[in-house]
Amino acid sequence: MRPSLPVRVFLWVLLLGLLAVPFVMRQQSAAPTAESEATAVERYGFYLQEVSAEAGIQFTHEAPLLDPKLEHIMPQVASMGAAVSVVDFDRDGWQDIYVTNSRHGTANALYRNLGDGTFEDVAAQVGLADVNQESTGVSMGAVWGDYDNDGFEDLFLYKWGRSELFHNDAGQGFTRVTEGTGLPAWANINAGIWFDYDSDGFLDLFFGGYYSEELNLWDLEDTRMMPESFEYAQNGGRKYLLRGHGDGTFEDQTALLGPETHRWMMAAAAVDLRGTGYPDLFVANDYGVDELLLNQGGDGFVAAGEDAGIGFTPKSGMNVAFGDILNQGQPAIYVSNITESGILMQGNNLWVPQPSAEGTLRYQNLASAMGVEQGGWSYGAQFGDLNNDGALDLFLTNGYVSADRKASYWYDFSKVAGGNSSIIGDARHWPAMEGRSLSGYQQKKVWLNDGVGRFQEVAQAVGVTHTTDGRSVAFADLWNRGVLDVIVAHQRGPLMVYKNQAAETASWITFDLEGQGSNRSAIGATIELHWNGKQQVQTVHGGSGFCAQNQRRLHFGLGPNAQVEKAVVRWPSGVVQEIPAPEAGRHHAIKESTGASA
Amino acid sequence: MSVRLPFKYDRRFTAPLFITGILLGGHISFGILEGYEKTLLAIAAAIVVEVVLSKLVRGTWPHLASAYISGISVGILIRTPYFWPFALCSALTITSKYTLRFRERHLWNPSNFGICAMLFLAPDAVAHLSIQWGNNLWAMLVIWILGSIIIWRIKRFHICATYVVGFFLFAWLRTMFTGDSFLAEIAPITGPMYQLFVFFMITDPKTTVRSKVGQSLVAFGIAFVEMVLRMGEVVHAPFYALFILGPLALLIEMGMEARKKSANPESTDAPVPATPG
Repeated sequence: MRPSLPVRVFLWVLLLGLLAVPFVMRQQSAAPTAESEATAVERYGFYLQEVSAEAGIQFTHEAPLLDPKLEHIMPQVASMGAAVSVVDFDRDGWQDIYVTNSRHGTANALYRNLGDGTFEDVAAQVGLADVNQESTGVSMGAVWGDYDNDGFEDLFLYKWGRSELFHNDAGQGFTRVTEGTGLPAWANINAGIWFDYDSDGFLDLFFGGYYSEELNLWDLEDTRMMPESFEYAQNGGRKYLLRGHGDGTFEDQTALLGPETHRWMMAAAAVDLRGTGYPDLFVANDYGVDELLLNQGGDGFVAAGEDAGIGFTPKSGMNVAFGDILNQGQPAIYVSNITESGILMQGNNLWVPQPSAEGTLRYQNLASAMGVEQGGWSYGAQFGDLNNDGALDLFLTNGYVSADRKASYWYDFSKVAGGNSSIIGDARHWPAMEGRSLSGYQQKKVWLNDGVGRFQEVAQAVGVTHTTDGRSVAFADLWNRGVLDVIVAHQRGPLMVYKNQAAETASWITFDLEGQGSNRSAIGATIELHWNGKQQVQTVHGGSGFCAQNQRRLHFGLGPNAQVEKAVVRWPSGVVQEIPAPEAGRHHAIKESTGASA
Repeated sequence: MSVRLPFKYDRRFTAPLFITGILLGGHISFGILEGYEKTLLAIAAAIVVEVVLSKLVRGTWPHLASAYISGISVGILIRTPYFWPFALCSALTITSKYTLRFRERHLWNPSNFGICAMLFLAPDAVAHLSIQWGNNLWAMLVIWILGSIIIWRIKRFHICATYVVGFFLFAWLRTMFTGDSFLAEIAPITGPMYQLFVFFMITDPKTTVRSKVGQSLVAFGIAFVEMVLRMGEVVHAPFYALFILGPLALLIEMGMEARKKSANPESTDAPVPATPG
């Protein structure tokens, strides 16, 4: 039966109306475009100006050149290694920058902050430059921690190859102390952190592999080295837990991590999520589910990802960053994944803690609801208060392989990625990239937190317009001005330093912590800051994000007219120390009290 | 010996039960869904729109198997972090069935229309299912074998078989042009998206031609158009191939039937099988 004319008209109007919905939705989600510095500062409270050339930083990352059998897909299999970590290695009060390189014969750089707005590469002078050799592999990332509590930050350099430990000799130079530490002779490590899992006052190491440790990527027996599945791969690298004794020796305690998994580890970070006094571990894995390992009082870890709601849906995890985004005293966890329009829509995860029974953890992914889901082929991200308004913002970098702008590899990538393990797992079956891009030339994201659950994307408006393939992001106050500057390492690209031109109307306060009973780097210590009726918790991390480490100094934005009531420091040793009414607008150095009550 | 059921089984529920089984198996084993909410939203939207439009256009309550299978197909095949595309895609799917009609038949496979519309109009928000559910060869084989048996019982296996043979043939042909390995070219069909595409989309009784030979020819044609699109590196090639060839085949069939009818006014059309579409 043919419907009447009005019904037919209605049906056509309905169909056309439905077809128009995507256009409406697109209009509503448009981000602000480029604006002048003055306008951006007025509107958003800050502007990020890329100043690496003026600061004397000229560093370009070179990617690994692996076994010739992989030549046809080299850009994607050698897609990591650009990493940045921040440290004040010589304790002069100015934050320095260490950046890695990844081709045989290339040098890493240690940019010493001269305090006058410029930096000087002193890596060769101090013995941290020539670390990418054929016999020892190439750098993937570096984290700093004072393993022997001598007051100077030591360096753990993780590599595809022989990872290394360097002792900091009072800021004057570094001594390679790898032998006897228990570090693996050869493994393809892609993530590592310092933390003190048993709170004994000595830093421990947690790190893990991306490719299997059985592979020498420069001398492969065959081409079966790719993930066996795009979302359920279990043929990646293993994890390691080394317990530090404080004297440069470490004890292999990997068994404490529980059943061995061989997921493709990309990032890890540690924080005490349950208030037990012991740091828990969060691991982001490529080609699989993320992992949450809960610390059992320093005696071991229990996998709790599925119970907590985070470890069930597999994606391509590449980043772990913690941030008390709602100023509720509990950190949310940001994990970056892959989003490619029309092809792969994983979306990034923002795991926000939910009310649950005491002692249990439950998280919900609120990335979509809070507006921080759509990145790109996302890598490093960090939380920090970029405009000093009292709410933690989020900086995310994106982009995988930027080559030919007009030719995309996505068709071939998606063709094989959806295939059975015998196909996807063998590099031989992957079509040649032939200079094509794969999620290349992607914009970074800068999300401003409104403090009540929504983030606004403002990257283009605040000067972050570069589309080089970003990997590692770190925050530091490079000019000691009470603002967070942003450093981004790019794969096959330059190290960029974004100087933060923040409005001076908003106040701030910073803290440098030094442990006494706890590890001297104070890694794992938290500060709960109370001001103007608000509170925010931050933790000193021994590595977070993607192959990155922020400054150890904790920075709090306070907004205008700030009156700080108190800062409560919880040290890994269990000591709780209260600093009444610390002055806003200045830096505070806090030593762990030995007399305060636990 | 035949088993006598205590109730009369409606064969139109076979396909919905099978696809529900695949979904539950995939989610429980591999967590293919981020949650049930989005899939339930897609199913609910399809059912609501179906009920409203059926009452409005035909004045009758519809059998819900068709809307259910459309909704659940959308819930599985669409990948997006948002909620709205699931509701929109289901609404488009059902609305197209009532709107895009010619001589009392709807031209496009409804789910195919909805998914293609979303992929074309909202690529910034939507992708189709493109990745493997686990890497277990046996799980994949079980679905293919079970699906084949069910499709055989509703007498449409020849469509699937012809398409699969065509896909392999054209995959081999593509290797001549691309230089890629044969395994790389057949990789997509080993994924779950193709299981749904082959068993549920190209076999839809309402939007396939009536003769068995014609159905096989169309299935082979879809594989051919897909090859042409794949040569142009179109990621959504199978969906677009069906989108292009499905209505064209129906129009040709209707034209041929009209000509036959005008030549012999006494002849009658063959009935459309009563399975959901």
